[in-house]
Amino acid sequence: MSNHLDGNMLAGVLGELFAVDVTTAVGRCASCGTSAVIAQAHVYPGGPGLVARCPVCAEVVLRLVRGPDRAWLDLRGVTCLQLAVPPA
Amino acid sequence: MARAAVLGRLSWRVAGLAAVRDETPTARTLVLAVPGWPGHLPGQHVDVRLTAADGYSAQRSYSIASAGGRNGPEPSLELTVQRLADGEVSPYLTQVLSVGDPLELRGPIGGWFVWEPADDQPVLLVAGGSGIVPLMAMIRARAAAGRRQPFRLIYSVRDPGTALYAAELAEQEKAGDGLTVSYIYTRAAPAGSGLPTGRISGRVIAAAGFPAARAPAVFVCGPTGFVEAAADLLIDAGHDPRAIKTERFGPSGGQS
Repeated sequence: MSNHLDGNMLAGVLGELFAVDVTTAVGRCASCGTSAVIAQAHVYPGGPGLVARCPVCAEVVLRLVRGPDRAWLDLRGVTCLQLAVPPA
Repeated sequence: MARAAVLGRLSWRVAGLAAVRDETPTARTLVLAVPGWPGHLPGQHVDVRLTAADGYSAQRSYSIASAGGRNGPEPSLELTVQRLADGEVSPYLTQVLSVGDPLELRGPIGGWFVWEPADDQPVLLVAGGSGIVPLMAMIRARAAAGRRQPFRLIYSVRDPGTALYAAELAEQEKAGDGLTVSYIYTRAAPAGSGLPTGRISGRVIAAAGFPAARAPAVFVCGPTGFVEAAADLLIDAGHDPRAIKTERFGPSGGQS
């Protein structure tokens, strides 16, 4: 279980989908309630997609599969994303 | 807003290889000319995509080595690629790709593992192997901006021959403007130096880092095991976990 990368590496594939850098957002883990920067999630890239786990409780926070012409994003492990935005 | 959002998304562009620099027998720096490159912050990376004639494609992330200021007409983009014997992409980038060849990439990527030259706090950099690359971008950005924040680098290498940027680091250290460089040799120390070999330890961090009370920003980059060990030691030494930013790389999806 220790052969993981950081959430930093999600920035490219998430940058295809979103205009803001989601890896700098703070996400709250649906399992343990920890708030952590997505860049600090533990990412396991070995499967057909990318699985990001909470750095504290190791529950899945995000899953992302990138197919040739579509992507599937499962965020059920994140109850809230806090994003920095320009002043309204 | 919708228009801005679309423009903000990341897309692939074609760079040209302008020059190469061999750093060690197995690591090469690619100097890329990227039309319209917006510049980058030290610590960011790019994704590189290779596509075969039959459509098969492989993608990897590489840290940016150059300072990347947004000043000047064409900010430089340099990647240092460590060749892995069993790699799929790195042998091509370090042995086949020639000056003038195109290379597909997207970036700059990642807004978290970055250092802002305007920050005044001291900075501790901890590198394992080719994890030095994004940290070197920070050192170069500091020098390019003429900044004097205290910077301390702890650099773990297998032996002196695998150390990247050794001459440039020595030169910058000699300039005496607040950068110190401490090596850890895991297999072999420089011949005749009498230095010990070993791994990153609490003793090394205490001797070559900053006391936690100085509240440095800390950047750690290297293979997963190295990063885990270093981060644990830093927390044991009293550093605030929130001040420690890490970037791990590994065989799949990361640098290879």
